[in-house]
Amino acid sequence: MNASRIRPDAHPASMLAGRPEHSADSPLSVHAMTVAYQRKPVLWDVDYDAPRDALVAIVGPNGAGKSTFIRACLGLVPRVSGVVEFWGRPLREVRRRIGYVPQREAVDWDFPVSALDVVCMGRYARIGWMRPVSRADRDAGAACLDRVGLRGFEHRQISQLSGGQQQRVFLARALAQESDLYFMDEPFAGVDAATERAIVDVLRELRASGRTVICVHHDLQTVPRYFDAVMLMNMRVVASGPVGTVFTPENLQRTYGGRLTLLAEASEAVARAERG
Amino acid sequence: MNEGVYGFVSIDLPPLLAGTLACVTCAILGNYLVLRRMSLMGDAISHSVLPGLVIAFMLSGSRDPLPMFVGATIAGLFTVGLVELLRRYARVEPGAAMGVVFSVMFAMGVLLLERGAGRQVDLDADCVLNGVMETMIWFPPEEAGSLARWSTWVSLPRQVWTLGVVLLVVLAAVGMLFKELRIVAFDPGLATSQGFHAGLLNTLLMVLVACATVASFEAVGSILVIAMLICPAASARMLTDRLWVQVVLSVVLAAAAGITGYLLGAYAPTLLGLPAAVSASGMITVVAGVIMLLSVLFAPSHGTVARRFRRVRMSLRVAREDLLASLYRAEESGAAARAVASRPVDAIVLRRAIARGQVRLANGVPALTDRGRDVARGIVRSHRLWESYLVERGGLAPDHVHGTAMRLEHLTDSASGARFEPPQPDSPTDPHARPIPPR
Repeated sequence: MNASRIRPDAHPASMLAGRPEHSADSPLSVHAMTVAYQRKPVLWDVDYDAPRDALVAIVGPNGAGKSTFIRACLGLVPRVSGVVEFWGRPLREVRRRIGYVPQREAVDWDFPVSALDVVCMGRYARIGWMRPVSRADRDAGAACLDRVGLRGFEHRQISQLSGGQQQRVFLARALAQESDLYFMDEPFAGVDAATERAIVDVLRELRASGRTVICVHHDLQTVPRYFDAVMLMNMRVVASGPVGTVFTPENLQRTYGGRLTLLAEASEAVARAERG
Repeated sequence: MNEGVYGFVSIDLPPLLAGTLACVTCAILGNYLVLRRMSLMGDAISHSVLPGLVIAFMLSGSRDPLPMFVGATIAGLFTVGLVELLRRYARVEPGAAMGVVFSVMFAMGVLLLERGAGRQVDLDADCVLNGVMETMIWFPPEEAGSLARWSTWVSLPRQVWTLGVVLLVVLAAVGMLFKELRIVAFDPGLATSQGFHAGLLNTLLMVLVACATVASFEAVGSILVIAMLICPAASARMLTDRLWVQVVLSVVLAAAAGITGYLLGAYAPTLLGLPAAVSASGMITVVAGVIMLLSVLFAPSHGTVARRFRRVRMSLRVAREDLLASLYRAEESGAAARAVASRPVDAIVLRRAIARGQVRLANGVPALTDRGRDVARGIVRSHRLWESYLVERGGLAPDHVHGTAMRLEHLTDSASGARFEPPQPDSPTDPHARPIPPR
């Protein structure tokens, strides 16, 4: 569906707009979402409303379900229960307004494509089924490579790029999507200082143009510098909100330290019981 | 039509066409299987269609091509689903899942053949492996000019027509869905999030593989099908870094293997004075294997020989630079240069340095020329800058950094070719109190 055809006034499909704890103009509203892998719950009862025009960090220990949260919002892993809405609408109506940057390790960098080919993949939804990538799309892709400082790398095969350059290709692909809401899975993982600066610059540009970016992030030190809001996660949402009020030592202690052993044990028990 | 031409058209043309069409069809799809590391799926499908064929025969009571084709395709898709289920629930690796499914299915097919349909149907294991290429004969009208008429070609053996139709379908699907298949193979998460459902496209790919496998294996046998799903695509991958070039190259290589393989199988033994032609599909498979071997060895940039060549050239450069640097250090300390050529490789290195005008021999002792001294200064400068960097910024002990700097001093920027230099250190000398030469 074309974004311009979405009527901003009425949300017939919205199930969450009426609820007091959710707002219909939030780019992402998650209500009571539970996700399981192989029947073992990894996320319990997540409630979340993303702020508009903000950079949001998802922070938590390994195995806390951060990537799973993103993938479940995007429908890439099935939800056991819960509702996810974007601007008060279900995913299928707003797919094109949502960009996704998976972890760099998620793809095979030996794949026979050039940097520009990968960036242009960000425009496939716009191009549509069975239509070729046009000259205009390739130009738009090249401009996105330029924005992340990779001009001149268009025709490099992707395995010939450094890790930081590969991450920037992914970022350029996200830009090429021209989305309003971005999910990024550890965009800063294993990148050099120049790439980290380039990524931060692009994130700030996105925010300045009214986009929301939700990043899984590992470096606690840079959270206050790079992000506006934070979501502390450990199998459930420990706390979420503006960095200034939520990113406190007590909340971090609750996220990383005091293990919710009961919840982890419950997961194991559920998995055992359901496996039979 | 003269007799020789008619003989060729009648006996050789149908299997030549069938073989080449099968090769090309499988090669196109093989590109996607190889890229997704699922090549064994073709192996699995081509073996497990046997029970499908037998059951279709038992149900329909005839060898009509349509029920056979449908039965085989259903069996192929059943295999794909079963492999996926096993992989997910039996906790085995994909290769093991495919292996167990196809061996059990094939065995079931053999048992069914023996019990139920064995006596009336001319399906046998040999046929499954090598196909029926040798039995494909075509009798077009003999008068001259008959080949210019469409109606003549309609009478080509059914296998050729089936393969032609499947090839057209595969070409159409891959042509129209080129970008969709590419994004799903590269990044299924992004593809699905953009509305190109990865599972759906994967299923479509598997349906195509099943159809291609069934159509091909009836004509050319499962051995050739398996080889063609892997060899041309893997060979083409060695030759290019662009997917569409790879697909086109794989088609060219597959057609070349099909045609040369068939002609070699049909005529080479006679030319060599041997009594009879050898199995055409066997020969095509061997040719495909040879093509793959050649491309693994001799591909211009990814080939083993080219890689080895680059490595040797690189180590010769490193050895030459080490020689220049040691001569520079000897000049610096005022000591006489030692005789450097102790190993045979040192003599080669010395000769190369002399040929480049970087070193000359004075009474048999090597000495730097002016040009050589400029290069050597750059190397020693890089070495000492690296040592300073490792000590000052890396916090390493001064006696630990020489070996690392020995390796890092040879680093050059891949784009400009200039020697890589760490930033200027705080102290004017290196950690061993030696001056850092100017650029």
